[in-house]
Amino acid sequence: MTTIAMGEMEQLRKEADNLKDQITAARKAMQDTTLQEAAASINVVGRVQLKTRKTLRGHLAKIYAMHWSTDSKLCVSASQDGKLIVWDSITTNKVNAIPLKSSWVMTCAYAPSGNLVACGGLDNMCSIYNLKGKDGNVKVMRELAAHTGYLSCCRFLSDSEIITSSGDCTCVLWDIETGTQKTIFAGHQGDCMSLAVSPDFKFFISGACDFTAKLWDIREGTCRQTFGGHESDINAIGFFPNGNAVITGSDDASCKLYDLRADQELITYQDSSIMCGVTSLAPSLSGRLLLAGYDDFNVNIWDTLKAERVGVLAGHDNRVSCIGVSSDGMACCTGSWDSFLKIWN
Amino acid sequence: MAEGSKDQGPTDPEEDSPNMIVYRKIEDIVTRIQDEKTGGVPLRTVKSFLSKIPSVVSGMDIVQWLTKNLSIDDQAEAIHLGSLIAAHGYIFPISDHVLTLKDDGTLYRFQSPYFWPSNCWEPENTDYAIYLCKRTMQNKARLELADYEAENLARLQRAFARKWEFIFMQAEAQVKIDRKKDKADRKILDSQERAFWDVHRPVPGCVNTTEMDIRKCRRERNPHRVKKSVYGVPDEGQSQPSPIHISSQPSRNPSKEDVEKEITFLNIQLDRHCMKVSKVADSLMAYTEQFMEYDAFVSVTEPSNPWISDDTSFWELEASRDPSQQRVKKWGFSLEEALKDSAGRDQFLKFLESEFSSENLRFWLAVQDLKRQPLQEVPVRAQEIWKEFLAEGAPSSINLDSHSYERTSQNLKDPGRYSFEDAQEHIFQLMKSDSYARFLRSNIYQDLLLARKKGKSLTGKRLTGLMQSS
Repeated sequence: MTTIAMGEMEQLRKEADNLKDQITAARKAMQDTTLQEAAASINVVGRVQLKTRKTLRGHLAKIYAMHWSTDSKLCVSASQDGKLIVWDSITTNKVNAIPLKSSWVMTCAYAPSGNLVACGGLDNMCSIYNLKGKDGNVKVMRELAAHTGYLSCCRFLSDSEIITSSGDCTCVLWDIETGTQKTIFAGHQGDCMSLAVSPDFKFFISGACDFTAKLWDIREGTCRQTFGGHESDINAIGFFPNGNAVITGSDDASCKLYDLRADQELITYQDSSIMCGVTSLAPSLSGRLLLAGYDDFNVNIWDTLKAERVGVLAGHDNRVSCIGVSSDGMACCTGSWDSFLKIWN
Repeated sequence: MAEGSKDQGPTDPEEDSPNMIVYRKIEDIVTRIQDEKTGGVPLRTVKSFLSKIPSVVSGMDIVQWLTKNLSIDDQAEAIHLGSLIAAHGYIFPISDHVLTLKDDGTLYRFQSPYFWPSNCWEPENTDYAIYLCKRTMQNKARLELADYEAENLARLQRAFARKWEFIFMQAEAQVKIDRKKDKADRKILDSQERAFWDVHRPVPGCVNTTEMDIRKCRRERNPHRVKKSVYGVPDEGQSQPSPIHISSQPSRNPSKEDVEKEITFLNIQLDRHCMKVSKVADSLMAYTEQFMEYDAFVSVTEPSNPWISDDTSFWELEASRDPSQQRVKKWGFSLEEALKDSAGRDQFLKFLESEFSSENLRFWLAVQDLKRQPLQEVPVRAQEIWKEFLAEGAPSSINLDSHSYERTSQNLKDPGRYSFEDAQEHIFQLMKSDSYARFLRSNIYQDLLLARKKGKSLTGKRLTGLMQSS
């Protein structure tokens, strides 16, 4: 670079840093209280003790992902044994056991309609399966290929559209019918690890290995807001049930709550005795509880408003890799590297 | 931590791997435990039947130290943390291969920093073979192979049949080296070496804590680097192929365009109107307050939680067209909640029809449906919606502001799933501020809420469910 060009870069960087400082100051000015202080007056939740009601056995290797169906009874799980299994979690029966072309699967999703499931992983593709095919066989309906990195997460908007996140640092909105990319969401500086769609389906959030979370406008294709503060990869992300706040889980062993309208972090969920990274998270139906899965084989339950630990789910013999709360809020499902899924409440 | 200060990715991939982060934290703790000057646990020599056991502590001592120094309230948690530290091999029981911590007199030793996992050991099977082989050469009861180790040795002998002579020689050389060391030291070193292998070749059924999430393996900038051997054996590339994803995005220095884009983004962020923390905190608290009674993890659900009682009536009630009072109460929280429930939609529609103003809701529902259509159907459906609700002389004409009307008609020149987004949002706000409020006051809603039509008496439940959330 020439000296003039270097000088220009220097100026631009200074401008950016100046703006960042101004923003930090402006956000600080809005901190007339903290969430913890505001919540001091409300009642404590008390110890939350959930028990294992069902254990879903059948996978032969590490489970990497699970997702509830909107009917709150069926769920799908993906394991490195190369199978996608749809479970009737009440009877613990396997409704479908779908063999995958690639066993290095990292994510799975259930469509809101219940007709489709999707999965993907090191094959860099998102494969869509039709569960309600005419002859009763479950077949690959589409293979969405364009990512240049592993598929870390996917979530259906409907039977026609799906959003994926990838190790190539981008997220993509696909049209399933044509198998084409409708929108590419680029901006993260590290592998995108996880995504979650807002309750009104207008936005989605992504967490990445650049330690930030981004809020994207699905229709516009733009990044609306970026949230930082974590000291390591963000592995898990979810919306607070009212859609106005975002919760992230990171390798730095903490979870954070960011409010979209205040455009800043409101609270951190951490404890000096918790040293392992957060792999997955799910809020309870009211949002008052946060269930987070960790690398130390446990799930910790946090009071989201007071940032206190109110419970522990200890039952897995290896890392908890995925967690989900059913849409009616009645049950929580955990999946682990120990090859089992457990239903708790 | 100030937002935005960590906006660049990690600089040293090795340092930031998830396992490494945990190792550093554990090492901090383990260093402190061993520091007798600052209240650490003192190492003892315990007299056993025929000999002395040097340099040990009891499990109880460790649990006590953790409880006191890390402000842990719960004994189970201290044991869990201690077991985590053991599972990674930083402390180990002297007479067991299974790496857990017990809160009793069981004796433990600390691992030598040489063998710490943070040194990125990835010991090869040749090293393991040498180790097992040398164990069989030393005629000591305490070094006898466990069953699983004997099986492993047999397997390795078959796998390395051709180079077994070499391995045997290396093992002999190691035995010679070990003999030169001091006897007391030998005891300690032998146990530490065994603990090292317990981490990297765990007892069947135990978790291998060195395993990494394959998504994080990409951090290996040099995945084919020469791996260091425990016994100084040169690497012959024996490593098993593992699916390492080489990142296709090598981190590059931001260009001028990148920084300019960032500046634009930051300017937007600066200009954005943000709410005060107190206000958003109130909003979050109000939401959780409203929904707590529906949250099965905090409240008792009616009639019962199917998972606990094995009684599915809860689900039957939720699905029925004859909604419970509790379900009807939720419709009063917000228009979004009312529209989420199919019975809620039906009742709201019924109310609007009674007022001859159902076109708004029907438009909203039609647009929701449009967004779920396959792409080929979209243009036709979009035109149908336009004709029904927006065109001149439309049978169900809705009231749009001129701006939204213009934009929508423009969008329809190239119809897509989101062509009606602006219009839909406008109509939603209209319903929210006008007809929804009237719906909640209407007989149709009130009858259901207070279960009047069913002839049940007023249950006296909080009628504050009438209040909408902000």
